[in-house]
Amino acid sequence: MANSLIQIHELVKAFGLMPVLRKLDLGIERGESVALLGPNGSGKSTLLRLLSGLSKPTGGTISVGGWELPREAAAVRAQIGMVSHKPLLYENLNARENLRFFARLYNLPAANREQRIDLLLERVGLARRAGDLIRTYSRGMQQRLSIARAMLHDPEVLLFDEPYTGLDQAASAMLDEIALETRANGRTLIMATHELDRAVRLASRAVILSRGVVAFDAPTAGMDTAALAAKYAEVTA
Amino acid sequence: MKTPFISAVLAVLWKDLQVELRSRELVGSMGLFALLSILIFSFALELDRIARTESVSGVLWVTVVYASVLGLNRSLAMERDQGNLDALLLAPVDRTAIYFGKLIGNFIFTLVVGLTLILLMTVLYNLTLTRLWLIVVLVLGTLGFSTVGTLLATMTVQTRARESLLPIVMMPVALPLLLSAVRASTGILNETPQEDWLAWVQILAVLNVVYMTMSFLLFEYVIEE
Amino acid sequence: MGAVRQMPMTDSTPDVSPQTDRMPRLLMILTLVTIIAVAVGIYMALFYAGTDIEQGEVQRIFYIHVPSFAATFVAFSATVLGGILYLRTRSVKWDTLALAGVEVGLVLAIINLATGSVWARPIWNTWWNWDPRLTLDAIMVLTYAAYLMLRNGIENPETRRRFASVYGIFAFATVIATLMITRIRPDTIHPVVFGPILTDASQMSVQGDFELAATAGVTTVIAYNSFVWSTLLPATLIWHRIRLENLAQRVQSLKARVLGE
Repeated sequence: MANSLIQIHELVKAFGLMPVLRKLDLGIERGESVALLGPNGSGKSTLLRLLSGLSKPTGGTISVGGWELPREAAAVRAQIGMVSHKPLLYENLNARENLRFFARLYNLPAANREQRIDLLLERVGLARRAGDLIRTYSRGMQQRLSIARAMLHDPEVLLFDEPYTGLDQAASAMLDEIALETRANGRTLIMATHELDRAVRLASRAVILSRGVVAFDAPTAGMDTAALAAKYAEVTA
Repeated sequence: MKTPFISAVLAVLWKDLQVELRSRELVGSMGLFALLSILIFSFALELDRIARTESVSGVLWVTVVYASVLGLNRSLAMERDQGNLDALLLAPVDRTAIYFGKLIGNFIFTLVVGLTLILLMTVLYNLTLTRLWLIVVLVLGTLGFSTVGTLLATMTVQTRARESLLPIVMMPVALPLLLSAVRASTGILNETPQEDWLAWVQILAVLNVVYMTMSFLLFEYVIEE
Repeated sequence: MGAVRQMPMTDSTPDVSPQTDRMPRLLMILTLVTIIAVAVGIYMALFYAGTDIEQGEVQRIFYIHVPSFAATFVAFSATVLGGILYLRTRSVKWDTLALAGVEVGLVLAIINLATGSVWARPIWNTWWNWDPRLTLDAIMVLTYAAYLMLRNGIENPETRRRFASVYGIFAFATVIATLMITRIRPDTIHPVVFGPILTDASQMSVQGDFELAATAGVTTVIAYNSFVWSTLLPATLIWHRIRLENLAQRVQSLKARVLGE
């Protein structure tokens, strides 16, 4: 466990008097693709926000790639890409300008910046609409660009915070593809989701959170949706 | 790993300028407000030639401060609406770099409106406002408002009351700035000897330093959970 | 390890032992001492100090008016202190101190304004005028009212405490401005009781100013009252307010516990 990419030890996060995470322990290896499951309020989003450095822990430790949060937050953030249910884009800029801004913010080398942006626009199927303002985009297109934004700096870890909310078939399929590709490329993926079938299909490991701790943690290999659903009902009851 | 401070400040600033050049939302709404404001004051106070000289600096500064509130709300609402505050926070940059990027943008927009206002009032009120020292005071005053306002607007856009809370929260804190700016401007416009009003310009400069230091130290707390 | 403070869960829920219900002995003594000290101060103001030659009996208001501003200053300073310490340690007790400072400070500031008004009626012939210092003082009160509004506008308790701490530190600028204004603005008519006057006194038209040493006992009584009002009184009030807040939070957590079961 000592060399895990992500190490979480006795993580506590409380909002006022309400604890959301209660001494949560979790280790994630490089190249794993983890589905984070659990009912609303079980702490999935909170855990992802803590991992990305958006939120500070009340107690316990997190390290990503050997860097500790929150002390070395900038180094951790450089390795993380996040897709949430909000697109995190600027409506009055076009797709290319949005990506350019984030490329500068992530300090990508100027030389291959445009090349990288072209590649990603192509990848998410927005190359032809790259010059259009984001506010003219559909929800699905915004979310696709959001994926390009998250992958811009080629992060070690990709975090999905229920990005499927409100997506059409095509955009969901593309998100699935990218999730599988991330796994194939040996990158690490952590996705919070409600959909058990998607978890079985895309992830190599299922982690169920309940009342702020890990209630179930097993590889998805050899498990079908029904088996996972049974487990889910058992541990969250 | 971390993006250099200056690059991050410039990235945020450039993004704001780009958005503004495209939509002209900020300067447009602030400018229109400013124009309406001086017309309303002109009618409401029934400003004749003498009364104008007396109250012109008050009219100028009240207009500038409300215009800046308008712009600040817009500028920070843009960061909140699609969760962009999170997008900025996810990047490996210093939080204060985000602050300075936003601050410089807001300062430039408010200053543009202030300068336009000076020209407009010179024409409409038939007074000479285009004086070097008045411009200096305008620069210091708008910088001060932007410094305090960028910090406070970052807080208020995250609250339930949102836009309506900023003027209530910002006015009292910005009051020392407003007071010294009005006093200095009145002195300059009435052509009283420099030693009578120079102290106010100095106080304005000191206040800028104080507020900027406070904001620099406190910004990370208004942006991070 | 080491980057994050270890904070066991039990710390975030207040102590539920019945002992916390009783008032601490020290607070009881402090309250008693404060009541006596304030009463002595009022007695001295009314009977010990001589009557002012120019202003007559109404000048006695100064023995409350001046100390109440000193007390306001101390209370709002507690808010700054609480704010800074909260941001550094994220311990709820410091935010409670900051909030107590604002509420106690507001009450004292209103006493200050009210006594000033009563004094101004015979001396300036008006309850209120737009003198710079009065205006700034009113704005200071509004600033701290805005502090309470800001708190009200935020649902997440952690965000509320964080923003309130930042604003509590910023708001102190208006306290300093109120304190400084009589010294830097030549056109205020408000008398300066404490501290040096920076502007040339001969230019001023201060109405109702008086010579401290002219009447017997004035200096002593103002000094005594200012001392009591800026130490014992705010300390006692703030402590009581903190205790109330802690009890309220305990009720909340007990309620949460009952509902959770």
